[in-house]
Amino acid sequence: MDTNMPAIAIDLDEAMRFVWLEADLLDHACYAEWLALWTPGGRYVVPIEPGAEDFENTLNYAYDDHAMRVKRAERLTSGQSVSASPVARTVRLLSRFRLLSAGVEGCELRCAQLLTEYRRGRERMYTADLTFRLVRGADGLRIDRKVIRLINATDALRGIGYIL
Amino acid sequence: MDTLTAPSLALDALVQPDRARTTLYTDPALFEAEMKKVFENTWVWVAHASEIPRPGDFKTAQVGLQPVIVVRDRKGVVHVHVNRCRHRAATVCEVSKGKTSSFVCPYHGWSYALDGSLRGVPYEKGYDGDLDKSQYPLLSLRVEEYNGLIFATFRRDLMPLSDFLGGARKWIDLFMKQGGGFPIRTQGEHRFRFPGNWKIQLENTTDAYHFPLVHKSFLTAADSETEESWDIMNKGGYVEDLGNGHSVMVMMPELVDLEENLDAPIPEKFKALAAELAEEHDEMTVRRIVRAVGGVGFNLNLFPNLGCSAAFFRVLQPIAVDDTEVRHVALGMEGGPAAANRERLRIHEFFQGPMGFGSPDDAEVWDRVQHGAQGGRDLWVLLNRGLSHEEVREDGHRRSDVSAETGMRAAYAQWKRLMEA
Ligand code: FES
Ligand SMILES: [Fe+2]
Repeated sequence: MDTNMPAIAIDLDEAMRFVWLEADLLDHACYAEWLALWTPGGRYVVPIEPGAEDFENTLNYAYDDHAMRVKRAERLTSGQSVSASPVARTVRLLSRFRLLSAGVEGCELRCAQLLTEYRRGRERMYTADLTFRLVRGADGLRIDRKVIRLINATDALRGIGYIL
Repeated sequence: MDTLTAPSLALDALVQPDRARTTLYTDPALFEAEMKKVFENTWVWVAHASEIPRPGDFKTAQVGLQPVIVVRDRKGVVHVHVNRCRHRAATVCEVSKGKTSSFVCPYHGWSYALDGSLRGVPYEKGYDGDLDKSQYPLLSLRVEEYNGLIFATFRRDLMPLSDFLGGARKWIDLFMKQGGGFPIRTQGEHRFRFPGNWKIQLENTTDAYHFPLVHKSFLTAADSETEESWDIMNKGGYVEDLGNGHSVMVMMPELVDLEENLDAPIPEKFKALAAELAEEHDEMTVRRIVRAVGGVGFNLNLFPNLGCSAAFFRVLQPIAVDDTEVRHVALGMEGGPAAANRERLRIHEFFQGPMGFGSPDDAEVWDRVQHGAQGGRDLWVLLNRGLSHEEVREDGHRRSDVSAETGMRAAYAQWKRLMEA
């Protein structure tokens, strides 16, 4: 790591500001900026089973590497997907933040997300626990892993045509 | 006559060989009737054997609107019980899957053995000895299995499952070859709901016609080989009526029998997998697994509720006339290489589920069908595509081109037969 960087552990304030930025970019469809928030090996995961940890060997709703995130973003802007034309409008609120672990180079942050979606006359709410693994790079924090655990993940969901 | 029995004249006004009335999607009375006349008078798929491999394993399911428990007893026999306590009707199980030694009703504690027999009644003295427990087992359905597919029916006098599947059996056997030499097992499922009638989804399993349009965004996101293999309108496929409402849509004729053409070149998209497998397996094993990993090139539609679709099971669960749950059950190779099963999971996630690149677009157009069907209720839904060049084959099966509505005609003919009975 950069030796000029102050050896100060990531604190709650810094982590919170960063994931709020991520939330804002998604709600405002700034996908290029959103894609740049990730580490090259970062994973975006929406599991099904509440206790799942071995995501690679388990069926998920989404288990995206960089290439899949790019495709997901393109799908929302290409106009080719009938379920994403128009894309649902979303507003998400993040709160109840807690640092599960924190160091100079990285931290694990858990928080609650309440997301309201509106599309074609229907308003729905999705509630989730989010866990971020954030790492500090040369130019700030990056997402190395984001796990979205919907509280109703084992139920039959409606189509989710946006990025949680 | 049962009050729900629609006279056949009325049914002729609803279903013709090449068309169906719009109200089949919208009429609550028809929905109520078909939940009994269709779902309670035929074989309904309830489980794959790998979902309940050991004694005591169970899962919950539905037959029509009736909640059921599918359970393997101590001797390994599979039972399907109506999930309803014989005392005052509470469900005896609200867990979607698990392992147990008995089912205990939470209300007053009546307990049932895995075979459904009533074992224990708390404070039995209150019945003064005149409660004959042998008279109150859980209501059980008849159960039969074909190649791992477990079906149940309320009808004791219905034809055996094997006859009911008839012409579909050969296709089930071909479908199961995607184990690549290993037995098929389920590996998770996506459940999603759409606000539309269940028959809209039933039709879709043999609808190649929608693919290039509705799944344009999937095709764009897929690699070029995958995109080419899904160019199904131009690959010489066909749809065949297999009898009893079942049908098959062959989309990729080169992927009908996965044990053939094992010496074909390994597709670019599976080269990394093949290399990984080659570290531990001989070349023939690698070729078998790689050829099977993407599933078969056809969709088999088993009336009324199971689709064996390319690489997964599609399970239909009607909820209301305008509400349907669909399950896409991922399949894997039992005891097979982890890398191959991972590849299958990623393929499944890519298309299926509420966040897949395919299913949400399907769900959107089905939602649009239900909405549109509120208009022009006297109009017909057209099912005549490919009828004029449909041929009757030696075995009596009707066959037409890949985008023909032959499978839908087969399903609605069976629907009508059951509704008439
Ligand atoms: S309803 Fe089950 S014990 Fe009373
Ligand atoms: Fe589709």
